[in-house]
Amino acid sequence: MIAEIGHYALVLALALALVQSTVPMVGARLHDPVLMNVARSTALAQLLFVGLSFLALVLLYVTSDFSVANVYENSHSLKPLIYKITGVWGNHEGSMLLWVSILALFGGLVAIFGRNLPLTLRANALAVQGWVATAFYLFILLTSNPFLRLANPPMEGRDLNPVLQDPGLAIHPPMLYLGYVGFSISFSFAIAALIEGRIDAAWARWVRPWTLVAWMFLTLGIAMGSYWAYYELGWGGWWFWDPVENASLMPWLAGTALLHSAVVMEKRNALKVWTVLLAILTFSLSLLGTFLVRSGVLTSVHAFATDPTRGVFILMILCIFIGGSLSLYAWRASSLKQGGLFAPISREGALVLNNLLLTTACATVFIGTLYPLGLEVLTGERISVGAPFFNLTFAPLFVPLLLALPFGPLLAWKRGDLLGAAQRLYAAGITALVAVAVLWAWVRGGSAFAPLAIGLAVFVIVGSLTDIAERSMLFRMPLGIALRRARGLPRAAWGTMFAHLGVGAALIGIVCESTWNTELISTLKPGDVAKIAGYELKLDDLGQRQGPNFGEMVARFTVSESGKVIGTMTPSKRSFAARAMSTTEAALLSRGFSQLYISLGDTAASGAIAVRIYHKPMVLLIWLGPLLMAFGGLLSLSDRRLRVGAPKPARAARALQAAE
Amino acid sequence: MIGGALVVLAIAVGLVLNALRDSIVFFSTPQMVAEKQIPAGKRFRLGGLVEPGSLVRGDHLAVTFKISDGSNTLPVAYKGILPDLFREGQGVVAEGALDNAGVFKADTVLAKHDETYMPKEVADALKKQGHWKDDYEKAGKKPADEPRPMQGASR
Repeated sequence: MIAEIGHYALVLALALALVQSTVPMVGARLHDPVLMNVARSTALAQLLFVGLSFLALVLLYVTSDFSVANVYENSHSLKPLIYKITGVWGNHEGSMLLWVSILALFGGLVAIFGRNLPLTLRANALAVQGWVATAFYLFILLTSNPFLRLANPPMEGRDLNPVLQDPGLAIHPPMLYLGYVGFSISFSFAIAALIEGRIDAAWARWVRPWTLVAWMFLTLGIAMGSYWAYYELGWGGWWFWDPVENASLMPWLAGTALLHSAVVMEKRNALKVWTVLLAILTFSLSLLGTFLVRSGVLTSVHAFATDPTRGVFILMILCIFIGGSLSLYAWRASSLKQGGLFAPISREGALVLNNLLLTTACATVFIGTLYPLGLEVLTGERISVGAPFFNLTFAPLFVPLLLALPFGPLLAWKRGDLLGAAQRLYAAGITALVAVAVLWAWVRGGSAFAPLAIGLAVFVIVGSLTDIAERSMLFRMPLGIALRRARGLPRAAWGTMFAHLGVGAALIGIVCESTWNTELISTLKPGDVAKIAGYELKLDDLGQRQGPNFGEMVARFTVSESGKVIGTMTPSKRSFAARAMSTTEAALLSRGFSQLYISLGDTAASGAIAVRIYHKPMVLLIWLGPLLMAFGGLLSLSDRRLRVGAPKPARAARALQAAE
Repeated sequence: MIGGALVVLAIAVGLVLNALRDSIVFFSTPQMVAEKQIPAGKRFRLGGLVEPGSLVRGDHLAVTFKISDGSNTLPVAYKGILPDLFREGQGVVAEGALDNAGVFKADTVLAKHDETYMPKEVADALKKQGHWKDDYEKAGKKPADEPRPMQGASR
């Protein structure tokens, strides 16, 4: 019964989405407020019914109703409750249901918080949301229905893929989807603006908070996925340039560019046409990501789905939305008036440079991800494009981006003073050079790359602190006044600082981990001691343990540093009977930002066990960076100038800014 | 400003072309290796099925096994821990280069597939060579007595 309710609710949501994608648009044409307001009620009703449908699937999983095919294939009655719930989106059908649920959530939020949007803009934007929703409801109902029943219900389910039985699954996909789908809002607003042929600074002020929310979640989602891969896959890698990872990185890069160009549009009423294009591209890349992951077109850990009908269906959605929106753009973009001239050396100019480098970097990732597919279609030859390609293309583009980053916030709008900005960055530059020199002396003769890259990161970090110090007149005014000024700074300025700080922190982590990572692979018997990076790891014993739906072999290590015990680590190897699969559960021990990492291999006949031990210096900074970025986003979001849907003049806030 | 944009784009195109020339890795099956005469030391990815009974574990985590595509086999040497999903009789992709003796020295063994399917390259290559049998497809799947998913599914 529950499955049928869920299915029926989904069909109703489709009907509502059809109404939402047509009626408000007709209303906007006829200037009929009643018809336009239909968008609001349908968006909310859609949220209700999709929510009901999603809840139904969760209930089916929790009650282990194996008469439903999807539950049978991905669940097991002995599975812990949390994995029963997260298993809902640990498979193709369920994750698509999560996708549309989040889409409906964003539609509902626009309906609720968009009270003071112009009526036509809201109607058109929600109608575009309706189109996207319609396409994906049809996709689910026609090709990936999670509510299908089995004629002969089995007694027990086949269990969830053990790699996915991890708290990471509870966080990573919802975060990622909140990001992907969140960009649909800026897309819908962009299309609505193109339909109306009118766009102004207020548009950017409405779109920016939504973009910021999506970007924050995408940042966290990517970071979480990376940490999950790091500890779950057992090879200690955190980024593999896997097509599925690239699929999430591309919208992130485009979204980051969009975030920055929307600032220019809001403040200076410039770059309108470009911002609209970026909004379209960002969501198109999100759709592309969904296609790459969900169609099984790529070889990858994430591609559970290998059904071609689904692939073709998503490809059609992709073509219609990307092709349609870009055609509309080509047709209507000229009707958007340009405004706000600026000199190349100015805050606008710096943000244009940022956009240029970010989108180019995004394009290189795009080529690296899709080139193998294209080549295979054309010549039949199979190649793989891996880390070396991206290190040679993506990384060089990030160097000028990071070099220019601290200058941006220090330049004035309209016409900036590069020399003045450079003078204010003296301290940052000198700190960076000192860092390079010290590191160089310390590693002595090692590659010059790491000290230089860390110097760059230090420059970014000190540079972003400089902006706040300058604005609050730290070191130039008495401390008390400076602190008061700092408190009075708009939160967006603090947000910028934290986000940029995060970029520097992540870079330090990436460079340290990839340069000074030590690895030790050996076979140990109980009582043996392995030495790595000044730590001694003694294998105490090997034991068996029984989990709820798995058995595991646990190794216990005592870790000591110069004779003093600092902790124990218990890596294990789990075998899951239902799928005859085993997973490696790595053990982690953090020391500051660095980590020790142990994962187990096979047991030999002699009773010795193969182990892989890593020491990863500063590795935690890799994920602390994105956390700081997202925190910066949150601070900016709480800035009252950016409060969702509150298009108030920014005069009051601007008075608090330091005169530049 | 447009000039600056063009410069950045030109640099990016240069980087991409350079990287595409130097850093891509081709995929081969043992039969393709036999036909193409790949020189020793050239990196490529080798895919196929791990020949049952060929896995030999040596000292210090050294392992050797054979990769087969139905018509040819190629010996592979690897040092390290094999991934969880590595099994005899199942699909595998290894990355490395041939040595002078014609042994494929792998530095990476990938099993980036879950149990229900084989690496896509391997499946496609086997299909193309006409060695694709349903056995291979089933090899990774559940015992046949279990109800197959979606069978008898009702709408």
